Amino acid sequence: METDIIINKLTEKFSSDTVEIRLVKERRAIVTVNPAALPAIASHLYLNEGYRFIIASALHTRRGFEIYYHFSLDSKGLVLSLHVILDAEKPRIESLSNMFSASNWIEREMHELFGIDFMHHPNQEKLLSEGNWAEGVYPYRKEFK
Amino acid sequence: MSRKTLIPIGPYHPLQEEPELFKLFCDGEIVKDIKWETGYNHRGIEKLSESKSYDQVFFLVERICGICSTSHPFAFANAVEEIAGVEITDRAKYIRSIIGELERIHSHLLWVGLAGHFLGYNTVFMWAWKYREPILDLFEMITGNRNSYAMFRVGGVRRDIESFKIPRIREILSDLHKKLDLLTGAVMDDPVIHSRTKGVGVLTRQDVIDYAAVGPTARASGVAIDIRKDDPYAAYPLVNWKVITAQEGDVFAKAQVRLLEMYESASIIEQCLQGLEKTKEGDVNVKVNEIPEGVGTGRAEAPRGEVFHFVVSDGSNSPARHKIRAPSYVNIATFKKACIGQTIADATISLAAVDPCYCCTERMAAAYDISSGERIFNGTELIEHSLRRTAELRKSGAGHE
Repeated sequence: METDIIINKLTEKFSSDTVEIRLVKERRAIVTVNPAALPAIASHLYLNEGYRFIIASALHTRRGFEIYYHFSLDSKGLVLSLHVILDAEKPRIESLSNMFSASNWIEREMHELFGIDFMHHPNQEKLLSEGNWAEGVYPYRKEFK
Repeated sequence: MSRKTLIPIGPYHPLQEEPELFKLFCDGEIVKDIKWETGYNHRGIEKLSESKSYDQVFFLVERICGICSTSHPFAFANAVEEIAGVEITDRAKYIRSIIGELERIHSHLLWVGLAGHFLGYNTVFMWAWKYREPILDLFEMITGNRNSYAMFRVGGVRRDIESFKIPRIREILSDLHKKLDLLTGAVMDDPVIHSRTKGVGVLTRQDVIDYAAVGPTARASGVAIDIRKDDPYAAYPLVNWKVITAQEGDVFAKAQVRLLEMYESASIIEQCLQGLEKTKEGDVNVKVNEIPEGVGTGRAEAPRGEVFHFVVSDGSNSPARHKIRAPSYVNIATFKKACIGQTIADATISLAAVDPCYCCTERMAAAYDISSGERIFNGTELIEHSLRRTAELRKSGAGHE
């Protein structure tokens, strides 16, 4: 399986920061990583391996805030999702927007809808509801009992 | 220090079919900076999806965009079928691809028309939209709807394409071929279009990679990405076709890519029709009992580029999280590169060149009498009715100062 080889090569390089590897099926993989290592891994994917950033999906779960950063390796048709779990109280992670512009908007959106703080983002303004939504209210957050 | 003038396009502007606000900061005629404000149309579809059953979500995501209304169900079906581990039948694959490619043709024709309109070249607009009509008629014949086709479901498609419909599809496609030759020839050779679009709104290869642009926007800058080829789904691995690219990255290159892609789409449809003839009629569904816990990634190549759906299932009847990325989300952001340094007149066509997703649904209404079930208006009668109303308005002097 080609996906196997690609993912193994990557996780060997970042073995100390890899938490979990899930090979969903051929051409689909999810790698849970240490949030602090995300910029280094993303930069390796983008600059050295030719991955394209697709989008990031944020979730609010019992474990805290989770973000899947989806990358596509178009030459192989592979979708690799880097998965991070952030603190439930004060979710924050380093922004990727200084590396590629593609993540600029989605980080603004996640900041707006989930209240996740993206450190060193060039312009962390609201994307969708500028001026017509209360401050400090995050519509996509859930309440867990 | 030079003063900058702010020219707003939007939020409600005749150029834009959808509300959005472009702020062009200009020095004289030259655009120096551009800001974009959106959210006027935010419908909370990702959140809504969490409250719908998997079967209902298809109808919801179909309404994200009025033009590429099949690409979202396409990507969603791919995502959910990945979670459930379902392999659909060959016939369903062919039907899915036929719908996808017909949609590409009508969407590209719509864009060519709009691009002509933005250039002030309304003849192109009239032609392209006229040639688009028979495609919508085909949709009505196959799916019952000219738009929002409701064809997809988990495990297959909702309607079969019966064999008696195939000759009509072939007839319209062969007719379209001649019209496309005419339109493509006229657009490609027109000196006015050349002077308005060549070297305008250039997006370099590096810009495309930086902004992760997709679809014809990326392919016109020499980045040959196409999900149909890279991560094949539906019937695309079963047919022969090629990815169209251009190198220049200007508006002309984007138009060229779209025009030539329509020929590829027509060829894919023809091969899929041959596939339909080889498979058993009615064999379009696989029974899916439940969607287990898991995550699924669905991609589809919409007319504007890659549509991406990410579905998290907790084993219940509806998605626990459903993330949707439409191609315009990444393509619109490239405006910053394409428009700065252009004149205001060129900025409009540069904005339109990525084909931002405008929701336009035009559909003939058939009115039925509720008590008798009798059809009150047919198409011809509606046109007659419209003509009569216009004549009455003229007589009453409306529209004249």
